[in-house]
Amino acid sequence: MSLSVKHLLGIRDLQRQDIELIFQTADQFKEVLQRPIKKVPTLRDTTIVNLFFENSTRTRISFELAEKRLGADTINFSASGSSVSKGETLIDTVNNILSMKVDVVVMRHSASGAPHFLSRHIQVPILNAGDGINEHPTQALLDAFSIREKLGTLEGKKVAICGDIMHSRVALSNIYCLKKLGAEVTVVGPPTLIPKHMAAALGVNVSYNIREALQWCDVANVLRIQLERQNTPLFSSLREYSLAYGVNRQLLDSLNKEILIMHPGPINRGVELDSDVADSGQSIILDQVENGVAVRMAALYLLAGKKQELV
Amino acid sequence: MKTILNGKQLAITIDRLCHQLIENHLQFENTVLIGLQPRGIYLGDRIYETLKKLLPGTAIHYGKLDITFYRDDYNKGKTLHVPSETNINFSIENKKVVLIDDVLYTGRTIRSALDAMLDFGRPASVELLALIDRRFSRQLPIQPDYTGRTIDALISQKVRVLWEQRDGKDEVILVD
Repeated sequence: MSLSVKHLLGIRDLQRQDIELIFQTADQFKEVLQRPIKKVPTLRDTTIVNLFFENSTRTRISFELAEKRLGADTINFSASGSSVSKGETLIDTVNNILSMKVDVVVMRHSASGAPHFLSRHIQVPILNAGDGINEHPTQALLDAFSIREKLGTLEGKKVAICGDIMHSRVALSNIYCLKKLGAEVTVVGPPTLIPKHMAAALGVNVSYNIREALQWCDVANVLRIQLERQNTPLFSSLREYSLAYGVNRQLLDSLNKEILIMHPGPINRGVELDSDVADSGQSIILDQVENGVAVRMAALYLLAGKKQELV
Repeated sequence: MKTILNGKQLAITIDRLCHQLIENHLQFENTVLIGLQPRGIYLGDRIYETLKKLLPGTAIHYGKLDITFYRDDYNKGKTLHVPSETNINFSIENKKVVLIDDVLYTGRTIRSALDAMLDFGRPASVELLALIDRRFSRQLPIQPDYTGRTIDALISQKVRVLWEQRDGKDEVILVD
């Protein structure tokens, strides 16, 4: 068994059995992470570079932990303080790093498609750790893995993705991933934050009413409002957004069922998600973070061996 | 295709292996059994069940160990192995460990198993039980302590161990 792809650029390129293989492998890595020695020597001959052209806390730490727990050597690169600020091109930067015998690239970039572009020019496996507003595949995998862990399966489950759909790579990857696993998806948010033609293009339901969407779903994945990607204001104020679309205790109590609450982090507390929801028993936000390491270990394990196929 | 052990012989062999284990480990107070995934666990299950029948009322620790992440052929151009479940819910610290696998061939699986096992603790001793020992084919200095049947086979031949619950019948065969 192996993945049908040589890079993990997006969920769009994966088959359902690829996702299932990643989950099956991640189940075993999750067990490894419960052991007294949370480490296996599988990738001890592998060096991995984490190229972060954009800020990150969780994803970066999660990838680095995953790499270390697979026994790999890791090097970290961030654009600030590097020769990128002297005008070096992406391909030059990466080729210089690869000439020092690096075997796998993990990359986050603010430009959508940057890892796809790079994959046409270098001969090592690339894992996309988020590219612009396109995809964030490992986040979608860990989200779906966490739902599967709580609900047993994704098949037939209803997931509402709430908030800033337009600027969210997490939303797009989640939609691809959930649909491939047989879940139903509704995106909900203000009309200005939901791209036109989304329903037709991706086969999701679109709603502008948060209460209706929450009443419909089994799981709500609440996204962060990405002010840094909004050039012109798309809603009048954070306070108004919070009043209309914020997920709070009162709203959840008014539903006639208990739903799971997810958030990819970092949370704007009091904007899209209130603290008494984020920290409640309904929230699986910290399970998501925990599962992130196991899922990334699985993706690295399944891809790092593909180096020969690329040379 | 040649039969190495038929169903009846396999049952007798497993009984004999269990008696040999009892001979060395008596009441299993300080002994744990570990079956190796994916195929050694069928033999492990059978030995565990037989020992429970032979020693009623005795608590025997039995776990399953997957060695996929400890293999020495990752990145060597072979197909990737899909991991199976590891389930060791007891301490192996200072215990006598008996590793159980169905076929001992090159010894590389057992080498990986030793590494994997040591990440769970430092056992007092480790023994190896193999149903079939393909002698003269070892690539590492590893030998079994308990053997069901020793055979000579060509590199081109394969030993297949069939189990009732998975394959519909108990049999060990040599396939050309």
